[in-house]
Amino acid sequence: MSTVRDWAAPNPITENRSGLIGKPVDRYEGRLKVTGTAPYAFEVETPSTPLYGHIVSATIPRGRIAAIDVSQAASAAGVVLAWSHLDVPVQAQRGAKLNPRSQRGSNPALGSDRVEHYGQSVAFILADTPENARAAESRIRITYEASDADLDFGSFIDSAGPAPGEEDARIGDFEAGYSASEVTVDATWFSPLQNHAQMEPCATTAWWEGDKVVVHTSIQMVKGGQHALAETLGIPSDRVHLLTRYIGGGFGGKGQSYDDLTLAALAARESGRPVRVAYTRRQMFQATIHRPAVQMRVRLGADKTGRLNAMALEAVTHCARNAPFVEHAANFARNLYAAPHRLTGHRLVRLDIPHAGAMRAPGEAPGMLSLECAMDELADRLGMDPIALRIRNEPEVDPDNAKPFSVRQLVRCMQEGAQQFGWDRRNPTPGAVRDGRWYVGMGMATAIRGNFLLPAKAGLRLTGDGLATLTQGMTDIGTGTYTILAQITGETLGLPLDQVRVELGDSNMPPAPGSGGQFGAATAGSAAFETGMVMRRRLAELAAGDPRSPLYGEDPMLMDFANGNIVLGNRSESLAALASRAGPDGVYVEGSISPAADARDWSQHTYGAQFAEVGVDSVTGEVRLRRMFGVFAAGRILNAKLAKSQITGGMIWGVGAALTESNAVDPRYGSFLHQDLGGYLAPVHADIVNLDAVLLDEADDKANPMGIKGVGELGICGSGAAIANAVYNACGVRLRDYPLTPDKVLAALEAKGL
Amino acid sequence: MKPFAFERARNVDHALSLAAAAPGARFLAGGTNLLDLMKLEIEQPDTLIDVGRLPLADISETAGGGLRIGALATNSVVASDPRIRSRYPVLARAILSGASVQLRNKASMGGNLMQRTRCSYFMDPAMPCNKRLPGSGCSAMGGLSQATALFGASEFCAAVSASDMSVALAVLDAEVETVRADGSVRRRPVETLHRLPGDAPQVDTDLAPDELILAVELPPPPSGGQVWRKVRARASYIGALASVAVAGDRVALGAVAARPWRARATEAALAGGAAPSEAAEAELASASGEVGRKSLVRRLASDAIQESRKGGRS
Amino acid sequence: MRTEIRVNGVDHAVDVDTRTSLLDFLREHLDLKGSKKGCDHGQCGACTVLVNGVRINACLSLAVMHDGDHVTTIEGLASGEALHPLQQAFLTEDAFQCGYCTPGQICSAVGLMAEIAAGQPSEATADLNAKVVLTDAEIRERMSGNLCRCSAYPQILAAVRRAAGAAA
Repeated sequence: MSTVRDWAAPNPITENRSGLIGKPVDRYEGRLKVTGTAPYAFEVETPSTPLYGHIVSATIPRGRIAAIDVSQAASAAGVVLAWSHLDVPVQAQRGAKLNPRSQRGSNPALGSDRVEHYGQSVAFILADTPENARAAESRIRITYEASDADLDFGSFIDSAGPAPGEEDARIGDFEAGYSASEVTVDATWFSPLQNHAQMEPCATTAWWEGDKVVVHTSIQMVKGGQHALAETLGIPSDRVHLLTRYIGGGFGGKGQSYDDLTLAALAARESGRPVRVAYTRRQMFQATIHRPAVQMRVRLGADKTGRLNAMALEAVTHCARNAPFVEHAANFARNLYAAPHRLTGHRLVRLDIPHAGAMRAPGEAPGMLSLECAMDELADRLGMDPIALRIRNEPEVDPDNAKPFSVRQLVRCMQEGAQQFGWDRRNPTPGAVRDGRWYVGMGMATAIRGNFLLPAKAGLRLTGDGLATLTQGMTDIGTGTYTILAQITGETLGLPLDQVRVELGDSNMPPAPGSGGQFGAATAGSAAFETGMVMRRRLAELAAGDPRSPLYGEDPMLMDFANGNIVLGNRSESLAALASRAGPDGVYVEGSISPAADARDWSQHTYGAQFAEVGVDSVTGEVRLRRMFGVFAAGRILNAKLAKSQITGGMIWGVGAALTESNAVDPRYGSFLHQDLGGYLAPVHADIVNLDAVLLDEADDKANPMGIKGVGELGICGSGAAIANAVYNACGVRLRDYPLTPDKVLAALEAKGL
Repeated sequence: MKPFAFERARNVDHALSLAAAAPGARFLAGGTNLLDLMKLEIEQPDTLIDVGRLPLADISETAGGGLRIGALATNSVVASDPRIRSRYPVLARAILSGASVQLRNKASMGGNLMQRTRCSYFMDPAMPCNKRLPGSGCSAMGGLSQATALFGASEFCAAVSASDMSVALAVLDAEVETVRADGSVRRRPVETLHRLPGDAPQVDTDLAPDELILAVELPPPPSGGQVWRKVRARASYIGALASVAVAGDRVALGAVAARPWRARATEAALAGGAAPSEAAEAELASASGEVGRKSLVRRLASDAIQESRKGGRS
Repeated sequence: MRTEIRVNGVDHAVDVDTRTSLLDFLREHLDLKGSKKGCDHGQCGACTVLVNGVRINACLSLAVMHDGDHVTTIEGLASGEALHPLQQAFLTEDAFQCGYCTPGQICSAVGLMAEIAAGQPSEATADLNAKVVLTDAEIRERMSGNLCRCSAYPQILAAVRRAAGAAA
């Protein structure tokens, strides 16, 4: 097993002689996307004319299906079959694992008469056209026997229970430290249930080739989807060929498979035809996971100089009754600021609603909406600048575990951000700046998000035409995976980009964990790098051992790679020539990456500082962004253009969290108040004004051989808090109930007599 | 979507005779609202009569110095017309604040008036809703939705109109002209086109099933400044939490009732010399509903009246 | 129902289900899958196409409503290998990530250019009686009918600005 010391040696990526690393090259698959020719899962070509499936959803939150009759639907025009739990083909019981190595258990659709949430699948219709499939829904007769359901998060907060496997993290004596503090903040924030709202609904196209099923599905994790379907169908996983080449947004919501995958595979088997199934937009809201609501009490105790003495973050979140999930909203605080007395923990409310799950920066995204505002309140109380307060509490080692930081540029992020944003122009007195009927204010917050490396593999083939093709069971959900893997491979082999191909999203390829948790680039990229290094050694050995090579007999360790050639001194040979001599299939190698044995000896995170200027309409309470700027440090950047897109995209998610995005469970019906994109308000273009970000130079040599880290989730962290703090600076209103919609802002303005 | 017959109307008479012959028929213009609701099976017409190609899209001067806008003029065309922009900026701005360019390019004048509420409970066929299924109950009352009526609600329905445009039309004293299969032509103020819910919230307007909107007529604009203001949670592409249109000494409120709401009490107070804030408050004497919504409307109307007195906005 | 429709310059005479949306007609009947189905209810803009040069949501229109119309989709913008200037600008500015909203964004931006050229105002237009100028605020407002959940808005703005500059 490697150690980080092994990673510290210079390598082709850190040397970057071709300059491909960091280069802002266009997206590898960009041309397909701008011409509309990238086939997403619902759109792939099928071997014969496909049928179309439509899923019917439950309209009660909890109970059982007392009676269901699909026969009228089954006989409707164009309908091929209709299923309820009574007629759906046999599937393995939920969670069952035939193969103990499966990453996921069985995920049956229409598995029983039980209804566990509003929107759960209760019937399925397969027809010749999408119109006929949907129209037959009204011919299905369902009688429910409803049970009492727990639906309202707010009414169960006081009785929230411990989260399974979660202990409160205590250091020092929080209660004593807090009560001995000269200045304190004690306040509670609420962040509502949020939806991923990916632009592409979940979708699957499936067909069978003999006893093997081919499924194109929109999923972030290749192996998880393959294993879940295999277990559900009760077949070995090598009889499920899962492909997911283009994914119209994931954000954590497509980390798992849904009933579109299961039902498409079953219906394709039953009908003997290719089948396409997509969720409707309403089903995306009601039948996929969501980010749970978070109530967070924050207590900060400091001395008069602003030095934190005690800090507590206590979160209450929800999950579905039978699907435990903890939004770790307090965890980030363990590593952020120094304070001798510390307490963080989570409590859980179980509800009869769709499953809560991971959504972009789970934990940090809602969690930082509280602490970073509490810090602003503390700064206000102390009469300190919010940046100065944070610098005062900058730890020398990780305050949670006393480990050294691998690299931590948080202070530099704040200082450079302040300078470029013009923080010195902020008037610290709330309500002091007006622009017509607008109150104008500035706010800032920090960002922190962990960095992870998971085990992954990759394959690399060099062919006689000089092309290198990297293959990996990895996904690109818009994050830029295709592009950065091409850059890494090109730089490692000294090949220009137009000689590098990348193929992803196929369960037959060497496995990678997929996209999630901001670990994608580091994990998949490191595997690609290691595979490139294996290829270098193989090619060098081939050259050294082949009398036809000009490099015959030389020491492979001394050979270099540049401009498509393998080089030693003034002798060289093209990679194409080497590969052609190796045989018709060229040279194929595989490589892998694993976390270093001592990786956990360092505290490893990505950091940033967020700055926002907002206007608050003094008449209506509407909040509008005026400008926003962030400075981030996230290791070596592989592609300056794409990394920035990831970061600014995340920042905009924070704008949504702060100002517009919210859903709620109707306590009478168990349905979400908002089930469409006209009700659930993701930001639109007009909301985003003058938003920009920069990434600092950094290399984290404890992270992986390339010193890179993830950027996909960092941008959302702290972004919304900067906006809330700017709202306070603008008009003197502290709102702790997200999002800061006009009704809440106006009520607070009126309460102040404004 | 339930299967339906589709008829392409060749002319107005053809459209009307088709409607008279098919009681379950609906006229289809741009379709941006009707097709949306048909996909959810909230609307289930047996027949669609496509009137989209009828020659009803002209905008012309009237003898009285106003403008006649054909029912099929798209929202984009109306808002872009130089005569509308210069003489009725409140209308242009109200239209431009609604929906998206794509929707405004398709949505017609008549269709905009006919659009149904966007109450989230109306939009979910599984929920009780008296407007969608008479007698099933009103989920909005006691529900989570904030967009409920301040004026004219009944115990059966508290839904609000989703049309921004109609608020501006109401403040401009616009009239809606319709024709029926028997040839009868009717004109009424846009304000009275829409019914208040009463005990039949399922009936949105006073139109008969075979009645087709031909045009909207604008009288000459009143003297004084025109102002349009729309409050919303995000900056674009979303319905109003509340809106106000001011033209001279007239005031209309939006997203507060099942119809565009002419604030007569406000207008009377202004005529009596009341300050804008007092005048705005006067309307709220008859309002029911949440305190915060009332505050918003009072502040918004007051501010818009003040802005109009400074000349309004072109 | 019999419907004649020209799509990207190709005439089609088809018999189509009256319920088939223009979007499903393009995707499932003509195999033009570039126009995307994000919501199917006019609330996201991913299905934006140009009908007789005007941008609309293809999901909220029936194919049978377009008898005699000329439709342009994302597949009809490039000339052979040469990308449309907006397609190239989206690529250069990285104005997309997952790519699912992208065809709609680009078709929308093509419509935007024509609307600016025709002098049509928007909510962001400061003076309705003055000549319409393509400011950043105008681009943001006019592109607001196209959601991008990856939130590439700053890059989309830059792409439209770049293409507009090239066209000017």
